[in-house]
Amino acid sequence: MAEATANGLGQHALHATHAEQAAATAVARPEVHQEHPIKLYLVVWAWLFILSTCSYLVDYFGIHGYLRWSLILIFMMLKAGLIVAVFMHMAWERLAMMYAIILPPILVLVFVTMMVFEADYTLLTRIAHFGPGP
Amino acid sequence: MTETTVTHTGQPDRPKGWRGITADWASDQRAFKNVSWGKAMMWIFLLSDTFIFGCFLLSYMTARMSTRVPWPNPSEVFALRIGGSDIPLILIAIMTFVLISSSGTMAMAVNFGYRHDRRKTAILMLLTAALGATFVGMQAFEWTKLITEGVRPWGNPWGAAQFGSCFFMITGFHGTHVTIGVIFLVIVARKVWRGDFDTGRPGFFTSRKGRYENVEIMGLYWHFVDLVWVFIFAFFYLW
Repeated sequence: MAEATANGLGQHALHATHAEQAAATAVARPEVHQEHPIKLYLVVWAWLFILSTCSYLVDYFGIHGYLRWSLILIFMMLKAGLIVAVFMHMAWERLAMMYAIILPPILVLVFVTMMVFEADYTLLTRIAHFGPGP
Repeated sequence: MTETTVTHTGQPDRPKGWRGITADWASDQRAFKNVSWGKAMMWIFLLSDTFIFGCFLLSYMTARMSTRVPWPNPSEVFALRIGGSDIPLILIAIMTFVLISSSGTMAMAVNFGYRHDRRKTAILMLLTAALGATFVGMQAFEWTKLITEGVRPWGNPWGAAQFGSCFFMITGFHGTHVTIGVIFLVIVARKVWRGDFDTGRPGFFTSRKGRYENVEIMGLYWHFVDLVWVFIFAFFYLW
């Protein structure tokens, strides 16, 4: 992976061998390219297949209750993590980028909590007015 | 990526207070030091799209939690009769594998793009588009099947009336994303095939030179579509 920075000319002087090439890159194209071995993608691809099969088998074997929900969530988070980290190259981005993109969706969990209370309240009101389900 | 580039630390006399806030935000600093604007903006678009799908899934959760009527069992609703027996959720499982495969081919297209291997990049992108189109086709089949069985946004034969509206809204919006992705995949694949990113030919819409990074930005969108499906699969079909 080519090292390139936005304004690192002073730093590049330290790496005398790469200075010329890196400085040229820094002027023309400060961004880092995401180049990784093909094998990495194939391994992740295989894992996504395995995890999808596992989550399908949860339904196929009719697992129920808390075991079902926790298995579904575990497989879901593993798959999502692999896709974001490797396929979308988030694992190699700077922390400023990771936080800017990944933290806001996590805050949606606050919204989820609010709506859980709201939904419970709605259900109670419905049962109180219309009686338990048909 | 070994060094942090903080642009203005060497200047002790930067304004303070409100003036400092405006000065800092108005200056030439960039938050994402080694990410191009194109990629950063795609990420921010995807973030906003995350909220859209997040709100859809949230409203689905609220509807499902607050109804007195039992929710239809997705395992049975989406079962297919193959060889005389009902296999639960089989179509959805195949759709999941198709979409994951398309994500894999897209990731490899990005890789070959940076190696300037035009032929392999274009072929892999077209393969991705074909898998995406297959996914949309299977989704159309699924919609047709459910509509003929009597699922409507306002009711269905099996249980809670909100099932139909949640289903059509969530999968419809996701299918639209896949369709748009397929269209753009074909457009970018054509540019790669023609060598636009090597010759610096201006784009027809932006009139600006493209780079092979465009393939990666396209890939970000496509992986996001796959990512959303991971959540839909878990919460809507499996839950």
